[in-house]
Amino acid sequence: MRAPALNGHAIWAIYRFEMARTLRTLGQSILAPVISTSLYFVVFGAAIGSRISAVDGVSYGAFIVPGLLMLSLLTQSIANGSFGIFMPKFSGTIYEVLSAPISFVEILIGYVGASATKSIVLGLIILITARLFVPFHIAHPLMTALFLTLTSVTFSLFGFTLGIWADGFEKLQIVPALIVTPLTFLGGSFYSIAMLPAPWRQITLFNPVVYLISGLRWSFYGVADVAVGVSLAMTLVFLAGCLAAVGWMFRTGYRLKA
Amino acid sequence: MPPIVSISNLSKTYASGFQALKSVDLAIEAGEIFALLGPNGAGRTTLIGIVCGIVNPSGGVVTAGGHDVVRDYRAARSLIGLVPQELSTDAFESVWATVNFSRGLFGKAPDRPYVEKLLKDLSLWDKRAAKIMTLSGGMKRRVMIAKALSHQPRILFLDEPTAGVDVELRRDMWEMVRSLRSTGVTIILTTHYIEEAQEMADRIAVMNRGEIILVEDKAALMATLGKKQLTLRLRQPLEGLPEALAGEPLTLSAGGCELVYAYDGAGGGAGVAALLARLADLGIAFKDLDTRESSLEDIFVSLVRAAP
Repeated sequence: MRAPALNGHAIWAIYRFEMARTLRTLGQSILAPVISTSLYFVVFGAAIGSRISAVDGVSYGAFIVPGLLMLSLLTQSIANGSFGIFMPKFSGTIYEVLSAPISFVEILIGYVGASATKSIVLGLIILITARLFVPFHIAHPLMTALFLTLTSVTFSLFGFTLGIWADGFEKLQIVPALIVTPLTFLGGSFYSIAMLPAPWRQITLFNPVVYLISGLRWSFYGVADVAVGVSLAMTLVFLAGCLAAVGWMFRTGYRLKA
Repeated sequence: MPPIVSISNLSKTYASGFQALKSVDLAIEAGEIFALLGPNGAGRTTLIGIVCGIVNPSGGVVTAGGHDVVRDYRAARSLIGLVPQELSTDAFESVWATVNFSRGLFGKAPDRPYVEKLLKDLSLWDKRAAKIMTLSGGMKRRVMIAKALSHQPRILFLDEPTAGVDVELRRDMWEMVRSLRSTGVTIILTTHYIEEAQEMADRIAVMNRGEIILVEDKAALMATLGKKQLTLRLRQPLEGLPEALAGEPLTLSAGGCELVYAYDGAGGGAGVAALLARLADLGIAFKDLDTRESSLEDIFVSLVRAAP
């Protein structure tokens, strides 16, 4: 009997398992980010935003939509991607995935695919929620979809490497809390980097999240801190970096196989 | 027929420098129940881990059903089901979902009737909708067996299947193993309970410190190494063995208070009866007697102790 070249049943099993986990924890997976995003809109959009003049010709409430969307995408993609692989490692059920006739690529498609799906769905829900608070118009919807998808996949992959690396819950939390969230806040979620004083405007360009937010904002309003091509290129560089990291982990069995 | 699992020159040294396996060779025949005995740390779980793909070998070759477990892992692993020692389950999943998940993971199309029958056979059908976290330890063990059998493997590894399991479940499990064997499934089990190996296995291997120190047919092992022994506690201590009894396998112990007669278990009790009659003739009286048969456990302990 020849084994098939691709174990589609296995990919589907993992994907479904992960999606079922989302549905089980619906509050945590979907409701919590929606509520926190709404709070941002109430505070920054409605209460404070009304006193801030338009940025790059876009009203402040509308201006922060792409930034907030990116904030949720990054945190949720990393959380989903890392939890999906961390939990089986933590509970010991990883033995089954490792002993199954499944390649690492298939494992990756199952886990990261499910994580990215959740992030994309969440992103759409946040867009709809935001629309309830501020009227905005998306100038380049296809580019929005592209950035949404690329970001979800890339940071689910990043989360996946984090989940393999982490050997405890603390490590799982520390990277999002100490690195990703600050970089997102400082990456222009709530301001245009043109608003920064001179040295910071250059320093902030070392923050990778600037490129993500700028690209997404360009797809909304056609205005950006950096050229959209640069944003897209940087996103692809992150994607390649994460793929390389996962590839190395799988080749060496890093923290998966003794 | 070629062996269904063939292990040659297999070694494993962990990153810590611990050498769990030192050049192990083993051939397991299709359709047998094979017991792997050994003290903790002997390397049994590492050996199973390598065959199943959970542990990377440091050297050597393993094939399952003729497929190399590293190079041709898809074909090899499709044949294998594993019930690990630890009770690792997805707490929030239902029994039904988790068993079907396993089947999918092993590349099999959904098969409701088969999974239904499997759950019924394992007395899990009533619990199919229950979350695994709500089940008792014994039921969780059954769930893990159901997961391992979900893809109809030809080779089943049971790592300490009856550790912490009550008597009833243990009997059920033995029954299940026998009925699986009757359908041609090869079963490799590790156990601490020598009784279990003695009861179930066709062949037995004893592992110690990363090496297989013995592989033997169970019946042959019992026959060659199994001894019976009769101990008579005498009323009056003897100073030496009476002339009339010279040549018999007798020894005096406990300062002449005990007379020990070693005999072959396979020979039946004829020698014992004759001995007792002769002792009566000689006027040697005893106040108590005791016979014991060396169990697999004795054999096992003596083997492991004898090993360097």
